[in-house]
Amino acid sequence: MNEKSFNDGLHADALTHEVTFEDPLTLACGLILPTHKLVFETYGTLNKGRNNAILICHALSGNQHAAGLNTEGRPGWWDHYIGPDKPIDTNKFFVVCPNNIGSCFGSTGPNTINEDTDKSWGPDFPPLEVSDWVNSQVFLMEYLKIKCWSAVIGGSLGGMQAMHWAVSHSNRLKSAVVIAASLKLSAQNIAFNEVARRAIMSDPDFHDGAYLDQDVTPKQGLALARMIGHLTYLSDSALGRKFGRLVRNGDLDAAEKALVEFEISSYLNYQGDKFADNFDANSYILITKMLDYFDLAQSFNDEAVDAFSKSSCNFLIVSFSSDWRFSPQCSKEITDALIEANKNVSYLQIDSDQGHDAFLLPNRRYEDGLRAFLFATSNHLNGAVK
Amino acid sequence: MNITALISNWIESKSRLLDLGCGDGSLLKTLIDQLQVRGYGLEIDPVSINNCIRKGINVIEQDLNSGLTNLNDGSFDTVLMTQTLQSLRYPHLVLDEMLRIGDQAIITFPNFGHWRTRASLLFNGRMPVTKQLSYQWYDTPNIHFFTYKDFETLCVERKIKIVGRVFVGGYSSTLGMDRVWPNLFAQTAIYRLRK
Repeated sequence: MNEKSFNDGLHADALTHEVTFEDPLTLACGLILPTHKLVFETYGTLNKGRNNAILICHALSGNQHAAGLNTEGRPGWWDHYIGPDKPIDTNKFFVVCPNNIGSCFGSTGPNTINEDTDKSWGPDFPPLEVSDWVNSQVFLMEYLKIKCWSAVIGGSLGGMQAMHWAVSHSNRLKSAVVIAASLKLSAQNIAFNEVARRAIMSDPDFHDGAYLDQDVTPKQGLALARMIGHLTYLSDSALGRKFGRLVRNGDLDAAEKALVEFEISSYLNYQGDKFADNFDANSYILITKMLDYFDLAQSFNDEAVDAFSKSSCNFLIVSFSSDWRFSPQCSKEITDALIEANKNVSYLQIDSDQGHDAFLLPNRRYEDGLRAFLFATSNHLNGAVK
Repeated sequence: MNITALISNWIESKSRLLDLGCGDGSLLKTLIDQLQVRGYGLEIDPVSINNCIRKGINVIEQDLNSGLTNLNDGSFDTVLMTQTLQSLRYPHLVLDEMLRIGDQAIITFPNFGHWRTRASLLFNGRMPVTKQLSYQWYDTPNIHFFTYKDFETLCVERKIKIVGRVFVGGYSSTLGMDRVWPNLFAQTAIYRLRK
C-alpha cells in the first residue's frame, strides 16, 4: 500500500489495499494469530487532522467491496449509501471497509494458507468472536494512523461490531450507527444458523471441512444454507409482491405439472448457486457461530445498561418494520438500554416490507436518517455544534 | 415571559429530561443549550425526527399511544409534553405514565375555554377553528377538547398534585386578564405536576 495516499489527501474511489500485520493478535478463544492479513477498500480522502474516517463493518456474507465499482465493474454491497453526495458522503468522509478475518475475500481466513502447515487453514481456523474482528480493525486503525473514528457503522453482524467498538474502545469513536442488529441472538436465530451449518456439513463434499485438500467444495450444502438464510432475510409480503405465484417454466393449467417451475424457486436456486460459487463453506460455519456467540452484556451480568456505561459516542439505532431476524424489538432493547445508561441515542424504525435485507436496499427515510446523523457528526467535527 | 422561559424555570440544570412529542426538537435544543440537560425526545413524524437528528438532538421514534412501558419508573427527572395531550387516544393514561417515569411532569395544552373558542361556538354555532386549533373538526389530530378546569378535575381524580400553574394568553395577557379569569382568557395552560 502506498502510505502517501493516506497522507497527502489524494481523492480515491474504491481503492483496494492490503496489509499484513506482523504483531500477534490474541483471539477471544485464547489462540494467537502470529500474523494476519486484511484486505480493505477506501473511499474519499483522509483529512489532515485524520479525524474524518468512518469504519464500515460488514455482516455475515459481506466483504471489503462496499462501494464504487470493482475491477469487474460490480458495484459494492452498500454502494447506494457510500459515495460522493450519498448519505455516507465521501466528499466529507474517508470511508474504510475491511474484509474481516475468518471471511474469504483475501483476508486471513479458512481459505488462506496457514504458514505453520503450508496448507489451507480449512476447519482448523480458530473460532472467532466479534471482539476478534474489532481488535483486528484496531490494528488497521493504527496502521492508518487514525486515532478516532468519526463513525463506526454496520448492519446486522456489522451493528454488533459497532456496539462492541462503543463498549470496548469507547474513546476511539465519535459515533456508532447500529442497524438491524441485536444485543444477542434469539433461539430462533441460532436455530436458523444451525440448520444452515447442518446443510453444509451434510454435503458429501464437505469432508469434515478439509474439502480444499480434496480439491472439491461442498457447493450443494452451501447453496442450501444460503437459500435458507436468504429466505429468512426477506419478508412474506416482499416475496409475494415480487414473485407471487408467477411461473417461470411449464404451465399450471396443464395436466402435467412436473415441469412447472415457480419464479421464486428459480430465484432462490440462483441465489444459492451464485453464493456457493463465491463464498467459503468453512467461513460460513465460522461466522454464523460468531453470530451465535455474540452477547454484548454477557460479561456485564447480562445488564446491557452496564455494558454501555463507559461508552461516550453518539448512537444511531435503526430497525426495519418487517425484519423478523433482527426485529425492531431487538433494536428497541438496545435503545432503551442506552437511554437508561444516559447516552446520546436516536432511534429510527423504518417502514419497509423488505425484511432484514432492507438494511442493504434503497429507502428514502433510511437514507435521510443516516445523512442527518452524519451531518450532525460532521458538524461536531467542525466544532459548529456543542 | 414566553412559554419556553416559563418551562425552563421548572427544570433543573444537568437533569434528565424526556420530551413527549418533541416535534422538530427546537424546545429541547433550547433547554439543552440553556440548562445542559440530558434530553431525549419521543416523536413519530418522520420529517420532525429527521430535523431532530440533524440538530444533534436525541430522538426516539415511538408512538405515545402504544404506551411507554419500555421506560423505567423514575428514570427521568422531568417528563415534558407540550401541546400534545389533546391529540392522545388516552390522555389520562399518558399522564399517569409521565409521573411514573418522571419525578415531575410539565405539561402545556391549549385551553378550549378561551373566549374566542367559546364565542365561535356560541355565535357561529360551529366548532371553532382558531390560530392555535387550526384544524377542521373532521380532520384534526386534536381529538379531545377540554378546558383547564376539566384538566384540574382529572388531576384530582387521579391524585396528581398540581405544584405549579401558569396561564398564557394572547394580547389579553398584557392586561393581565388571563390571570384574573384564566379559563376565559388563557390560550395556553402550563402545569407542573407531581405524584
